[in-house]
Amino acid sequence: MNEWIDILPEQIDDIIQLIREQYGYDFGDYSRASFTRRVKHCMQAASVKTIYDLQHHLLNEPSFFNWFLQTLTVNVTEMFRDPLFYKALRETVIPRLASYPIIKIWHAGCATGEEVFSMAILLKEAGLLERTRIYATDLNPANLEKARKGIMPLNAMKEYTANYIRSGGMEEFSSYYEAKRDHVILDSSLLKNVLFSQHNLVTDQVFNEFQLICCRNVLIYFNKTLQNRVLHLFYDSLVPLGYMALGMKESLLFMDVRPKFDSIKDDAKIFRRKN
Amino acid sequence: MSHALPEIVVIGGSAGSFPVVSKLIEQLPETFSFALILVMHRQKSGLSEMDKVLSLNKYTKVIEPNDKDQIVPNQIYLAPQNYHLLVENDRTFSLDYSETIHYSRPSIDPTFESVADVYGQQAVGLLLSGSNTDGARGLAHLVQMGGKAFIQDPSLSEFSIMPLTGLKQVPEATLINPSEIINCLFSL
Repeated sequence: MNEWIDILPEQIDDIIQLIREQYGYDFGDYSRASFTRRVKHCMQAASVKTIYDLQHHLLNEPSFFNWFLQTLTVNVTEMFRDPLFYKALRETVIPRLASYPIIKIWHAGCATGEEVFSMAILLKEAGLLERTRIYATDLNPANLEKARKGIMPLNAMKEYTANYIRSGGMEEFSSYYEAKRDHVILDSSLLKNVLFSQHNLVTDQVFNEFQLICCRNVLIYFNKTLQNRVLHLFYDSLVPLGYMALGMKESLLFMDVRPKFDSIKDDAKIFRRKN
Repeated sequence: MSHALPEIVVIGGSAGSFPVVSKLIEQLPETFSFALILVMHRQKSGLSEMDKVLSLNKYTKVIEPNDKDQIVPNQIYLAPQNYHLLVENDRTFSLDYSETIHYSRPSIDPTFESVADVYGQQAVGLLLSGSNTDGARGLAHLVQMGGKAFIQDPSLSEFSIMPLTGLKQVPEATLINPSEIINCLFSL
């Protein structure tokens, strides 16, 4: 059993300020509840007992910060998570994307890439992968490194296969990867048109124009202020009538961009930018 | 009634807790002054209609909150499938899709912990039957922050590991007979 770590709210402010000043990452508008949990999680994982020790490590050891950043952000993801969402994408959104000569998709906060891989499979099955550019971005360089390689644990495949089938997939799922001893490698042709690059939703701006933006289970880690700001960034990054997909429990309800979007599929959280 | 009515009641349960929770929901009166949060161990994927199955109260439906929904009294909230459920200082929910804890997402510990941090003395935690050690640590924190802890009497629990672990870590918790939960919540 790990020891309980007590952190005062002011101490979390201090950590946020230190990271901002020293490394340029701003976590000030992250959800305080989950950010505090992540800091504790990091401290437990590194056996750092007090907030003073944590500050000391962060100030003096850039390599510790790299590890901290990697562990602080939530990188949990899976292929075809929420099969009903992918089914809706397959049936409702992708056929409409087909009308664009070049399809541009942004996966914002792609973690280790599993949702990008899923999207590439959908596009391939629709015959659209060749003329699609997927921009997959994350805050975390280590995530991107992993995503580029397309490596996933073998023991996740059973669940991913089941998800794939429930999303309406008709192919042999195992044809999309090669199994090694304890991991699998995604067919690299699926990633040919995927550009993985670092982008920070807190500070970075519009960098292209997209017909579809996927950002699922990323906004939950932000407070309402930052959620609003990021949703404006998405709005500005979408073509008129472009699509936006959020996580199943994310809502536009209290956001001021709400009137600028139509809900295309309520139960799959797919929205469309108005003209 | 005493002066310190709870603002929030969090119930955590796993194997064997479903009938207890169902009964409680059924018995809830039309109005109650607290928000009720249920964190039940449940499968991570696959269609789940637990919110509908648990909507047994003729006045109040069970809601799976969206991220940043406001927490209001007289509501029954169920931690959504495949997310941990946290609360913020401004009395809103935050969902969290981080690693499973005790093989569970939602897990009971993080909800107890974050409710304790925000609500302090206004929080009540109740740990029910289960065959897993989730919840004990969070309940201990809830007590540390001034909240009140209840644990289903292990001898009256279908699976006793969860209440026994809870009792070990939170010896000051009050043991409770499942049939008395409703009375107990309204005589705090």
